[in-house]
Amino acid sequence: MKRFIDFYLTSMKIAILEQLQYRAQNYFYLVGVIAEPTIYLVVWSTIANQQGGSVGGYTAGGLAAYYIVWTLVRQMNIVFTPYGWEDRIQHGKLSMELMRPMHPIHSDVSYFAGWKIVMILFWFPIAAIMALIFKPSLNPTWVQVVVFFIAIWGAYLVRTMIFAVLGLITLWTTRVSAIFELVFALEMILSGRFVPMTLMPVWVQHIAFYLPFQWTFFFPINALVGHPTPLQLFSGLGMQLLWILIGVVAVRIVWHFGVRRFSSVGN
Amino acid sequence: MKIIRLIWSYLRIGIANEMQYRVNFFIQLLQSFIALGTGLIGLWLVFSHTTELGGWSQPELLAVMGIYMLMGGIIQSAIQPNMQRLMNEIQDGSLDFALTKPVDGQILVSIREFRFWQLTDVLVGLIVLVVAIVQLQEQIGIGQALAFVAALILGGIMIYSFWLMLTTTAFWLIRIWELVNLFQGLYAAGRWPVTIYPQWLRLGLTFLVPVAFAVTVPAEALTNRLTPLSLLGALGLALLLMVLARFVWRLGVRSYSGASA
Repeated sequence: MKRFIDFYLTSMKIAILEQLQYRAQNYFYLVGVIAEPTIYLVVWSTIANQQGGSVGGYTAGGLAAYYIVWTLVRQMNIVFTPYGWEDRIQHGKLSMELMRPMHPIHSDVSYFAGWKIVMILFWFPIAAIMALIFKPSLNPTWVQVVVFFIAIWGAYLVRTMIFAVLGLITLWTTRVSAIFELVFALEMILSGRFVPMTLMPVWVQHIAFYLPFQWTFFFPINALVGHPTPLQLFSGLGMQLLWILIGVVAVRIVWHFGVRRFSSVGN
Repeated sequence: MKIIRLIWSYLRIGIANEMQYRVNFFIQLLQSFIALGTGLIGLWLVFSHTTELGGWSQPELLAVMGIYMLMGGIIQSAIQPNMQRLMNEIQDGSLDFALTKPVDGQILVSIREFRFWQLTDVLVGLIVLVVAIVQLQEQIGIGQALAFVAALILGGIMIYSFWLMLTTTAFWLIRIWELVNLFQGLYAAGRWPVTIYPQWLRLGLTFLVPVAFAVTVPAEALTNRLTPLSLLGALGLALLLMVLARFVWRLGVRSYSGASA
């Protein structure tokens, strides 16, 4: 256990130091990231104003809060991409990871956790500017705040597991980009990334409930900006836990069978 | 003349390269359709809550989406791959090989890559555009069509110049992998007509990042919104950006210190 903690702390520290080296790059990156929710925010607040002030229960201020919190949740959601797994597997870089005395996913989880700490630091001024411009209405209770802070880390782990399983498909076939893109598209629609789930038709919300995606986007955001009941808050955390467990088991199974298929001379 | 021959050779090499991997055509096509599906669902969601968005009707927004995909396909096949290669070469010092060739450096770095299969986005974009025009039930006159094509070409030139200037910052900043992300994030604003954005953002999307000219202006040409004056403005801005990109490029090359083998 101590070995793991040491590894995680060191790996996070390396990620933090690496990220701090290239500050211009971080801001380029963040501007790219806030462009997306700003577009959605403009589209949906235009509609809200056309409809006499609100759409699906969201006022312009509520939408502003949703999409500003979105930017933080999106930062938390960044994980090692399936394309990264594709690169590792197709170019033989996985050989190096296999030499380590622990599963390669540990280095991803810890590295990206460190990266996030830097990103959150860089995120604060941008969120402040967005708040000044779009005037969000946000007044959560302290329970909501606590659940939000747990939920963003839960979201991170859920998404790490989904995308690790997805990336590991590369062990079986080399033409994975179409599969990846399909999953990204599903996620876009069913996670609350494009629009709060409550604006979706009811049947879509039902489908989304049984998929992992909305627990990584809509649930954490709504936990802070919406008016969820305590039951919804805690069952949401429960769903995250469930998906993390399912994800861990899935990664183990896929890894167990897949890694034997990996053959590479490495580099 | 020499330059046209050069462009043609690189184009042929690019196509020949892609022809080796024919299955990729179907994979790209599938991805174009996935992108189309996501876009259509987005439109459908918007119009399940409203009947018009900032004065644009559903078929008009469909036309905007078609142009967005079409222009996106051109960017992804002809502009972005060149810029990504340039970025990498500046970073690892192998740009020397391009700069020492007896052709103009800027032209050479802009034509070396061509992703033929990415043109599936252009194809799908065109189909969407045709469907939208049929739904609009309006006669498109010859003048309108010409204005549309002109606006599209000018938009392409502006996007290229903008991308080149962004990439050129690598000469000073070295590690700019995130630029692709940045550009795509900003370009995504073009999915909707820029007229719906608040003033300050609309100005940014028009003059800082020419997304407005790449997508919205051609769409305005098709939907009878374009005045001759704004087309003239597009021409002026395209020329200005080209000159500016040239200037920044030369400045950048001067501060390039190769480290090649």
